[in-house]
Amino acid sequence: MSTSSLTAPPIASPHAHGGNSVTLTMFRVQLALLPATLFGFWLFGWPSVFLFLLTVLSCLGFEALSLKLMGRQRFKGTLFDGSAMLTGWLLAMTLPPWAPWWVAVLGGFIAIVIGKQVFGGLGQNVFNPAMVARVALLISFPVPLTQWVFPLPLTSLAAPDFIDGLRIFLTSLPLPDAMASASLLGFSKTEMSRGIDLLHSLAGAQAPALSWLGTRAGSFGESASLLILGGGLYLLARGIITWHTPLAVLAGLAIPAAIGHAIDPGHYLSVSAHLLSGAAMLGAFFIATDYVTSPNTGAGQLIFGLGVGLLTWVIRTWGAYPEGMAFAILLMNAMTPVIDRFVKPRILGRDRKGKPLSIPEKKGA
Amino acid sequence: MGFMNLFKHFLGKDWGVHPADHKRPASDVPTRKLPIPPRLHLMLSQHVGAPSRPIVLVGEKVRKGQLIAAAQGNISAPLHASTSGTISAIGEITAPHASGLPGMAISIDSDGEDAWVETEVITDPFSLSPEDIAKRVAAAGVVGLGGATFPSSVKLNLGRRSKIDTLIMNGSECEPYLSCDDRLMRDRAADIVTGIRLMLISTGAGEAKVGIEDNKPEAIAAMREAAARFDNVTIFPVPARYPMGSDRQLIVELTGREVPSDARAADVGVIVHNVGTAYAVQQAVCLGRPLVSRVMTLNGGAAATPGNYEVPLGTLISDLVAFTGGTTGDVAKLVMGGPMMGTILPHMRVPVIKGTSGILLLDANEAAGGEVEDCIRCGSCVKACPMGLLPLEMSARIRNDEMDAAADLGLADCIACGCCAYVCPSHIPLVQYFYHAKGDLYARERNKLRTEATKKMALQRQERLEREQREKVEAAAKRKAERAAAAAAAAAAEAAKQGESA
Amino acid sequence: MIVAILSLTLLGAAFGILLGIANKFLRVEGNPVVEELLALMPGSNCGQCGFPGCSGAAEAIVDGSAAPTCCPPGGKALAAAIAEKLGIEVDLSGMVDDGPKIALVAEELCIGCCRCSKVCPTDAILGAAKQIHNVLREACTGCSACIEKCPTEALVMTPVPVTLQHWVMPKPLAA
Repeated sequence: MSTSSLTAPPIASPHAHGGNSVTLTMFRVQLALLPATLFGFWLFGWPSVFLFLLTVLSCLGFEALSLKLMGRQRFKGTLFDGSAMLTGWLLAMTLPPWAPWWVAVLGGFIAIVIGKQVFGGLGQNVFNPAMVARVALLISFPVPLTQWVFPLPLTSLAAPDFIDGLRIFLTSLPLPDAMASASLLGFSKTEMSRGIDLLHSLAGAQAPALSWLGTRAGSFGESASLLILGGGLYLLARGIITWHTPLAVLAGLAIPAAIGHAIDPGHYLSVSAHLLSGAAMLGAFFIATDYVTSPNTGAGQLIFGLGVGLLTWVIRTWGAYPEGMAFAILLMNAMTPVIDRFVKPRILGRDRKGKPLSIPEKKGA
Repeated sequence: MGFMNLFKHFLGKDWGVHPADHKRPASDVPTRKLPIPPRLHLMLSQHVGAPSRPIVLVGEKVRKGQLIAAAQGNISAPLHASTSGTISAIGEITAPHASGLPGMAISIDSDGEDAWVETEVITDPFSLSPEDIAKRVAAAGVVGLGGATFPSSVKLNLGRRSKIDTLIMNGSECEPYLSCDDRLMRDRAADIVTGIRLMLISTGAGEAKVGIEDNKPEAIAAMREAAARFDNVTIFPVPARYPMGSDRQLIVELTGREVPSDARAADVGVIVHNVGTAYAVQQAVCLGRPLVSRVMTLNGGAAATPGNYEVPLGTLISDLVAFTGGTTGDVAKLVMGGPMMGTILPHMRVPVIKGTSGILLLDANEAAGGEVEDCIRCGSCVKACPMGLLPLEMSARIRNDEMDAAADLGLADCIACGCCAYVCPSHIPLVQYFYHAKGDLYARERNKLRTEATKKMALQRQERLEREQREKVEAAAKRKAERAAAAAAAAAAEAAKQGESA
Repeated sequence: MIVAILSLTLLGAAFGILLGIANKFLRVEGNPVVEELLALMPGSNCGQCGFPGCSGAAEAIVDGSAAPTCCPPGGKALAAAIAEKLGIEVDLSGMVDDGPKIALVAEELCIGCCRCSKVCPTDAILGAAKQIHNVLREACTGCSACIEKCPTEALVMTPVPVTLQHWVMPKPLAA
């Protein structure tokens, strides 16, 4: 006779545990993001610090509200398990660093309430919450979400100080022209729509430099692409992510880019431009690798990653938006259940289709 | 991590987990023999198959090694007294089982003499026939001592019938904390090799491969030395990874053959036995001694004197712990077996059985704690599963009581090794979900069979009633006919008499 | 404007026709809901509900002539599952849910009158005149037909005893 859930502590084996925990994993991912984030603070100054802090706080606040409304038992443990903070952190990495305060609050609401809690909480969402928020904001408020700033290092004289930064953050004043700058992707797309091909536009004086050190306009993730790559390699070494998704995303982006650039450099950006711009690195190592919304198996993750990379390239090249990573990730998130249904590991003792292996013939009698 | 290991990691061939060993210093302490406790309780069901049937009565005096319960049926094993003394009771005691439910046992009050019954020593055991060896193994009550407790003679006969070519001896001992096989291989390697050779004769296999994990270099050396003279017994060190000792994984590692999921090991030409079983076979065949004691490990943070002990079967755990100096601090979890697959015991007053490879007294640091959180779909369980299953998907279905959907995902192939729950960052008790679902499906099958049987019984009752009804009618009709015939005969006789007189 | 109205009207008409055709050619015979309810039920055909077996009860529930709470062995769990499947409200407060039960003879009260063994539908009760009767556990279906027959109230319904062989590990608590 089976009794249901009346005994409190689990009584089955195993009676030992490997020591991994949700909080530890989230902490390690945040550690990997820290160098890029701090560099971003230095590049973009106080407004970016406020944006980051308010985004994270907003996510935590809405998570607390949702947990209270849902009547969850483990309130404190779930609130501080690191997942809401990570969502806010990733969202802040993809926003324009000088975005106004209401972008942070609205973004937190959409990410946590609509992108995660409505589905049932941690582990139940279909779409990546940070990407849901970013796309919703981008489509609803295209101007604040595409107003990129040229980096003004915190130590330089022209950078706004604490009070000025707060003022810029809290008021929605339009950016002074001298500050505003287009990101590389945005610039190249705008120029091409005016009929000027890449070879001319990127060589011109107004082109944003493809700075390997990150001193160019963009989001936190874009400016510090190499630091993001470093963080991603740390996650790989620690075993938090496997090589399948990042490699597949970068390959899916690089291979069509290489082919396109080889055929017509005037209309297709080069591989390095693609890999270092926009959210390519951040997406490959931190967003596409999100546990909940990506497939369970390595092979499935390869398919998923290739899809993300390819769709990103397609949207960047021919779509209306300069940056395609967020859309690509949401589209492939929708495909994840299908991928999981068809790509399963082979069970020992069965063939790929799930039928038991045939008993081998005995040699001799 | 060696280069080969890294390569395997890259290919995703690194199933399983690497839990911390915890075997030393317990495995380096020499094996101690436990003195005979005042009372022993021998469970009637210490093996797979039908429980044995008692053939002694309360009050009877028995000697060590005397048969006290006979095997019932083909898949069963007999039970022998572990010491000399008087049968004090045949009744229910708490079984060494997670449920805490009772089981039948024969209790013996020991007289302290430990006098053996007369045993037959064979001078040339290798001249025995294969069937004779299996018969002696059966009579000695030898079962799989790795923990599965399958009757060994049945397995030997199966091997011979299936014409296997390789006998695999499992010396991996992949569970953390346990070292009874390690100590047995270090101390009694020669006897083990003799047992292996006897099993080779009994199964008709051409060669024996002994798999020993590479974290036991002393055992490997001792076994190599003992088997050096014999070409057909080879020692193979295998990588120390849990669950290397699982028979499907060990077969793949040592022979490269994969056992189909609906077949047995014998179907691919191998049979797997534990090295402890080989030792028991040697004792049974060469010395005529039935299985009455075993080497087992006592370990864990709360054990005062961790080590290996040769314990008579039926010893209460409380007596063992008391002899070894008790516990140091609180026992957070009392486990029979290893930490990955062992069972939690309700209390210490349960006996040691044939399958008890070890007793763990885990303190609060070692015992798995942690609050259960939501599944974050990280896929660590998928990477860890040695059978290639999807624990996260199966447990999600079981949580919603969709047992059939879980079965479709491969629940029947789960070996309950515990790797998935070991790595789960959310501390989800995955193995408990699988045990529950398997039990539920089995109960459902049983209920279905029961319903068919009761339907048949109801039908039979109907037929019985109808038959009785028919017989009643027939009997009444017969009586009526007889009466009518008798009346007719009487009337005819009357008429004849009247006719005569007229 | 006209174009929009015309096109939507045409689309609506086209889909309506398609649905009509589908209704004619793709109709599902029988009522699959009855089969689904039957799958939920214990299947022991004990008759405690008063209907001819579990299939009878399933049909009656789908018809509406029986409430989802009519099955005592299924208990609250079954009533709730049936109500959910049919999308109806059910009041569970009147149910006494104790799980499956079998009959048990209290030996000190049995007088050997044989009234119980005569009515058992599976002949699960052993006994002869003036001898103590006994219920065979595996043959008893829990229908309770014998309980009222016993003049000394020696028969009671008890929960099925759990043995070591039949114990199922309980489901763990969710997060």
